Amino acid sequence: MENSKMIEVNHVSMRFNLSKEKHESLKEYLLAAVKGKLQFDEFYALRDVSLEVEKGDFYGLVGLNGSGKSTLLKVIAGVYKPSAGSVTVRGSIAPLIELGAGFDMDLTARENIYLNGTVLGLTPRYISEKFDEIVDFSELRDFLDVPLKNYSSGMVSRIAFAIATITKPDVLIADEILSVGDFLFQEKCEKRMKELMAGGTTVLLVSHSIEQVERMCNKVTWLERGRVRMAGDVRTVCEAYKALDQGTEAGT
Amino acid sequence: MSLLKAYLKDFWRYRYLLYNLISRDFKLKYRRSVLGVVWSVLNPLLMNVVMVAVFSTILDMRSAGIENFSVYLIIGQLLFNFFNEGTSTAMSSVLAAAPLIKKVYIPKYIFPLEKVCFSLVNCVFSFIALVIVMLFTGAPVHLTIPLALYPLLTLFVFTLGVGLCLSAATVFFRDIMHLWGVFITALMYFSAIFYDPVQMGGAAGEILRRFIGFNPLYWYIKGFRMAVLDGQLLDFNTLWVCAACALVALAVGLVVFRSQQDKFILHI
Repeated sequence: MENSKMIEVNHVSMRFNLSKEKHESLKEYLLAAVKGKLQFDEFYALRDVSLEVEKGDFYGLVGLNGSGKSTLLKVIAGVYKPSAGSVTVRGSIAPLIELGAGFDMDLTARENIYLNGTVLGLTPRYISEKFDEIVDFSELRDFLDVPLKNYSSGMVSRIAFAIATITKPDVLIADEILSVGDFLFQEKCEKRMKELMAGGTTVLLVSHSIEQVERMCNKVTWLERGRVRMAGDVRTVCEAYKALDQGTEAGT
Repeated sequence: MSLLKAYLKDFWRYRYLLYNLISRDFKLKYRRSVLGVVWSVLNPLLMNVVMVAVFSTILDMRSAGIENFSVYLIIGQLLFNFFNEGTSTAMSSVLAAAPLIKKVYIPKYIFPLEKVCFSLVNCVFSFIALVIVMLFTGAPVHLTIPLALYPLLTLFVFTLGVGLCLSAATVFFRDIMHLWGVFITALMYFSAIFYDPVQMGGAAGEILRRFIGFNPLYWYIKGFRMAVLDGQLLDFNTLWVCAACALVALAVGLVVFRSQQDKFILHI
């Protein structure tokens, strides 16, 4: 079935130009251009990555730091435009990449719920309908009219998670979000994600906790230095990934 | 044409975001000030008093004299302020929105657009100052006043176009922020805010009359004054210059912004 593929990533590469000196002023730039010193170090955060996520998948991405997991999520979310290749996403996306994007620390939580909701493309009426649900989930009713700058980071994450998961998105993209908050809240988040999945949401998750990936995902892609090292069934890939851990330990 | 259609479709989808961003700016601007939004009226009013005092005594450039100088002056002031505020805030809007742009997909033109809209809201509020000055000086109420909407709206489009260009350029070269400040001060002296080039004598008047037509702002201010102050219909020249400048600026702005927007993320 053609339509069951929610996310298709086709041979995506993401290249960054790491300029040796950053030319942020016109003068510097022109001088460098005249002298022929405009050099860039090319850096590929992703190289020829392909993956397919089907409807109802709980898809995991694993890999060491700097392997390109977050970059891939951002490419899928439309934040980065890939240097090569293409990305197709069917349906609505709720990106949970670094929670609280678009929060204004000077505004109160109430005002931020509306602002952030519209950043995610919700209508004010819909937010009003769901307002109580958001507040209850975040358990922060007493602090609704306090400016966000007076919140602890855990409290900010709670609000952000509550807003981002209030819709029933077709695709939920989650980057390390379950590592925020205390363990009770983490359990609550996991529960909410399972609920969403039961409602037909496809989830793409990045996590450093291999146990969490094993527990929640059904398919996994393992990225290494921007390339796909291994992809497939959760058990096979996770075993191999864990073997890497033992391998390096054995080597040292 | 399809480009414009895509923009409009995006705009419709994100209209609530636009509204919320404007209301955020509004709240933050007046938070913790006792008089709040009254400052939008009081500020141009006080500036007007100062400028009238200066330009009708020390630096009198009116020559033959301008009828109702206070109203003449405040119209120039308000429209120029709108352009100044709109372009200057739009310029740094993309940079200021970096935390957002790095994390979620939002059509990026919404940031300069929001700043220009916010400036327009401020400008409309400050028209109360214009009304006060008109009442105070006993200026006649002309039936042509609604025609002032035309220069105002075309000025909005013009400002948006310039703002789009500037915001895209500033991402790559921060210098533009400083340059623009100087440029806009120079521009202010060539926008016929506190003098009338037609009535100005001497060599300066000669030069001004020849070159001031190249300044689009002159035409918007002139059109607005014709409708509000002189009670005249807008002449053909004013009509087409206002529209042409607006459309050209917007077209250039959209093309520049669109061609660069995917690279923003690598530079902010």
